[in-house]
Amino acid sequence: MISTVGLHFDGRFFWTSLLHPSSAFLQGLWATVYMSVVAQLLATVLGLALALARRSKVGVVRGVAWSYAWMMRGTPLLVQLALVYFGLAAAGIYRFANLTVGPVTIPGEVQAAILTFTLNEAAYMGEIIRAALAAVDPGQMEAAMSTGMTPSRAMRLVVVPQAVRFVIPPLGNDFNALMKNTSLASIIGVQEMFLVSEQVSSVTFNTFEIYLVASLYYLGLTTVWSVIQAVIERRIDRRWGIRREPRRWSATWSRRRTVLDVGLGA
Amino acid sequence: MAAPGGSAEGGPDVAVPLDLVVSAVDVHKSFRDVEVLKGVSLDVARGEVVVLIGPSGSGKTTFLRCINHLETVDQGRIYVNGRLVGYRTDRRGRIREERASAIARQRADIGFVFQHFNLYPNRSVLDNVCLGPRKVRRVSRDEAERAGRALLRRVGLGSKIDAHPAQLSGGQKQRVAIARALAMQPKLILFDEPTSALDPEMIGEVLTVIRDLASEGMTMVVVSHEMGFAREVADQVVMMDDGAIVEKGRPAELFDRPAHERTRAFLAKIL
Ligand SMILES: Nc1ncnc2c1ncn2[C@@H]1O[C@H](COP(=O)(O)OP(=O)(O)O)[C@@H](O)[C@H]1O
Ligand SMILES: [Mg+2]
Repeated sequence: MISTVGLHFDGRFFWTSLLHPSSAFLQGLWATVYMSVVAQLLATVLGLALALARRSKVGVVRGVAWSYAWMMRGTPLLVQLALVYFGLAAAGIYRFANLTVGPVTIPGEVQAAILTFTLNEAAYMGEIIRAALAAVDPGQMEAAMSTGMTPSRAMRLVVVPQAVRFVIPPLGNDFNALMKNTSLASIIGVQEMFLVSEQVSSVTFNTFEIYLVASLYYLGLTTVWSVIQAVIERRIDRRWGIRREPRRWSATWSRRRTVLDVGLGA
Repeated sequence: MAAPGGSAEGGPDVAVPLDLVVSAVDVHKSFRDVEVLKGVSLDVARGEVVVLIGPSGSGKTTFLRCINHLETVDQGRIYVNGRLVGYRTDRRGRIREERASAIARQRADIGFVFQHFNLYPNRSVLDNVCLGPRKVRRVSRDEAERAGRALLRRVGLGSKIDAHPAQLSGGQKQRVAIARALAMQPKLILFDEPTSALDPEMIGEVLTVIRDLASEGMTMVVVSHEMGFAREVADQVVMMDDGAIVEKGRPAELFDRPAHERTRAFLAKIL
């Protein structure tokens, strides 16, 4: 133990927490990962629906999709979490209760968190997918229709698969941000990595050490994701017959959103 | 010029002579308030090759796109194989746009080759050719691939079957696009300036493929300013200007003794 005036760092505690994390910490890590993955997957599906709605011939449908993005992107995620979990319960509209499916129980606050992350991220995915669909050359749709495909089939078989290539880089950025933003779920009591760290801190008073460990685990998650993303991008490029470009590592660190971001964004 | 199979005000079920693959009658088309087709009528007989020429902006592309209903028509009718393209008459006798599935079925029989190829960049050469037959004609993958390979060999690309469009030259891409159109076994192929995006040394290989199709009796409408090709392959050359057909005739007539000053001026410019 190093203990000098003004510096207190428990190296043994730090290394033990880092290399042999408690089962509570590992469960928190798992919650962070699965909330991110589930929310991102659901948000991608919902985002595709929103993107298609933005291209609808019906004005009302376009308007609803636009308003949704406007509200979700114009309010803080932290406030959205509180509104969904505490707000709905307080107003007597809906109280999230534990849900048991077979051997697993999904706590109410986890359901609220996944729902909120999904709804929030879907607004961003909607914009990303909309831009990606617009980036596909309109000649692709026409070529497909000229071989006798209906517009919807051409969309599904020709346009959407090509849009995937334009979706992955910004989706990767968003997923990176989402994994970090799951820490916000601590305010509604989700036992994710940050809340567990906070609890360890208040019991052991090794505040600096445990938050440093948590930071390193978040860094590990985002780094693993950036490697996975690079592999996905390379695979897609190969499918397009394009040689791999040098990986832009900077994309991993660029922050598109923060807790305090209340702007409408790009 | 004579409107085939009856006048423009005849019903859509009006008899179109069986040997006419395309019969366009008084086609009008505007974008916003600009009229870009001002009553175009054209017949294309089975096995005939029509070459469309005319200055840029004269409406050649728009007319071609109307033939497979990539553009709607404001007035007039287009029949392909005796069927009104893109429209039907409802019970009250009014003309309405066809349902998407019916339009798609009509397009399946009409090949279209684009100036910029529009190959699917995320699919191999063979998949580009096989997608339509598999998904539209419901041909099995094996059968579609067998036919696709044969077609690619026929356009001289037997060695590029597994390549990606990004790895091909412009001339090779356009030959894949032609094979993709042929895979649907169309009764008509429309070509919109198929060689104008190509480097000069690649124009020949594409024209050779089109020439071969002509000799096999394929019905084609080709927008092209390759005069040597038109002279050799065209049964009919059609000169368009300002949204209308100025004149048409056999290539020798039209090129050597143009009847109109505008044709003469245009030919002088491109030769
Ligand atoms: N989608 C469109 N919207 C508006 N104007 C168009 C569109 N497509 C073509 N035009 C106009 O119609 C005219 C004819 O164009 P086009 O058929 O492409 O001529 P060409 O193929 O003979 O060069 C041009 O003036 C062009 O600007
Ligand atoms: Mg044109």
